[in-house]
Amino acid sequence: MSMQQAQPASLLSRLTRGNGFWARALRHRSFLAGGFLSLLLVLMAVVSAFWTPYDPTKMNFRLRFAPPSAEHWLGTDHFGRDLFSIILTGAQNSILVGVVSVAIGLSFGVALGLLASARRGMTEELVMRFSDFAFAFPAILLAVMFVAALGPGSANAILAIGVYNIPVFARLSRGAANAVWTREYILAARTAGKGRLRITIEHVLPNILPVIIVQATIQFALAILAEAALSYLGLGAQPPAPSWGRMLSEAQTLIYKDPMLAVYPGLAIALSVLGLNLLGDGLRDIIDPRLSRRR
Amino acid sequence: MSVFLFKRLLTFLVTLLAASMLTFAALELLPGDPALVILGIDASPDAVAALSREMGFDQPAWLRYARWIGGLLQGEFADSYTYKVPVWELIRDRLIITVPLAVFAMVLTTIFAFLLGIYAASRHNRPGDVLVMGFSQLGIAVPNFWLAILLIVLFAVKLGWFKSGGFPGWDAGFWEALKALLLPAIALATVQGAILARFTRSSLLEVMREDFVRTARAKGLSRRAVLWRHVLRNALIPVVTIMGLQFASLLAGTIVVENVFAIPGLGRLIFQSIGNRDIVVVRDVVLMLAALVVAINFLVDLLYAVIDPRLKAHDI
Repeated sequence: MSMQQAQPASLLSRLTRGNGFWARALRHRSFLAGGFLSLLLVLMAVVSAFWTPYDPTKMNFRLRFAPPSAEHWLGTDHFGRDLFSIILTGAQNSILVGVVSVAIGLSFGVALGLLASARRGMTEELVMRFSDFAFAFPAILLAVMFVAALGPGSANAILAIGVYNIPVFARLSRGAANAVWTREYILAARTAGKGRLRITIEHVLPNILPVIIVQATIQFALAILAEAALSYLGLGAQPPAPSWGRMLSEAQTLIYKDPMLAVYPGLAIALSVLGLNLLGDGLRDIIDPRLSRRR
Repeated sequence: MSVFLFKRLLTFLVTLLAASMLTFAALELLPGDPALVILGIDASPDAVAALSREMGFDQPAWLRYARWIGGLLQGEFADSYTYKVPVWELIRDRLIITVPLAVFAMVLTTIFAFLLGIYAASRHNRPGDVLVMGFSQLGIAVPNFWLAILLIVLFAVKLGWFKSGGFPGWDAGFWEALKALLLPAIALATVQGAILARFTRSSLLEVMREDFVRTARAKGLSRRAVLWRHVLRNALIPVVTIMGLQFASLLAGTIVVENVFAIPGLGRLIFQSIGNRDIVVVRDVVLMLAALVVAINFLVDLLYAVIDPRLKAHDI
């Protein structure tokens, strides 16, 4: 018995020993908690793509406002729809918004930041002034303006959030890339005759990737929050597509009848954002332990 | 100092100009006819053409932009398509609600953040610090409009202490109006307070490691005296910058929170105008909010120079 107990303990201690990425990650509580919550979000989205306890759009007026039970774990809404199924499917929307808007920000922002860092001079100045300006313009205003011009809908909301991500990644990658450009191995690469583009792709980009990944998790969380706000206002996902933000908007009209309708979707948003923020914080500490000591 | 002021003023004006161009471009140059956006896709071509002429949409973009900005500089606003009054009248009536709401939320943010940040820093790595940081991590993750709904459920539906929304107007009395703004202000302040508390704590811890703090302690000053007399003053410099940015976020955040509480401020106006497809109002209100945000950032830059003597010396 004692041998059996000792074995998992030694496996755990072997995994967490040392200074490698995974060993440090497994010792980091924020990373573990954030990783668990983020994994849960992904699982919800993946599982709901293939299976949900009930059809999230199917109405059943005989079961309106049913309390939580063995059949309906979180109860039902004002149309008799299964809340757990809607919450599960809503995760797909959040994941989609996060992935696409971060991808837009990453692809254009990192390219701009790397260009600014490689060219310096006027190009850098232009990219930085553009970023400064975007920072001065609140995200929600930009999103509202986009949606006002292009019309409400998930795609336009994602586009608006993605555009806002561009200067965030541009500024970050330019700063990180500038630090890499001063390193000796870059000088060696230049001496070897490599051009700016090749150095950027082969040396600068791989070295700034960890910082970008950390920021991507944070922007992912912000994207979920922004989309939920836009959907709450009726400017994001449109019915019947399940969306946590819109669920809250519908729940608000029914808070005197069933206040719990407003609890579950908000909790889903808050836990997803909390998970991604903790994951981002954890990754930052693991990648750059100096930052963790400073905090 | 004058060089610094000039540079900041120039940045302020250029950013304002860029904001106006972006707003104009987003709402009027994007694919699609603005008149069609206003009237909806079911409108007849004749009605669209007539509205285009009436509102000047058939003129070149640069001319429309010049007229719009020229008008604003002279204090002339276009008429709202829905309300049939100059947009300034709509903005004026709502500014006196939105700005006090944002200021109230900022006051609450500062109180939350300073109390929690100072408490956490003074108990670094002890249970109190861990608890405050955990709370702030949670505060950052909570959407402000969800918190607003929860506050309504608790204080209006369950306890009945507050109304679930609306604003009685300043004529109803200062305290009555302030009471109507309290829950929205708490909803806005909790998230920003959580962010500022973390920042205040980090900034305090950073300064606590400075040599002059060690010297003050070696001189015999108590931890509390060092914290209040030396650490706080120095730690506040970066905190003020964040506070400026946060005030800007609070102003923008009113767009969502005003809608939760049905408060007739700028946020609600912008939202209703989107629903009414009144792009003239959306354009002017977005620019007004953007101008406020840019102006706040400019003021923070100036304040930064006042409270950090090193910056003045560097730029003179």
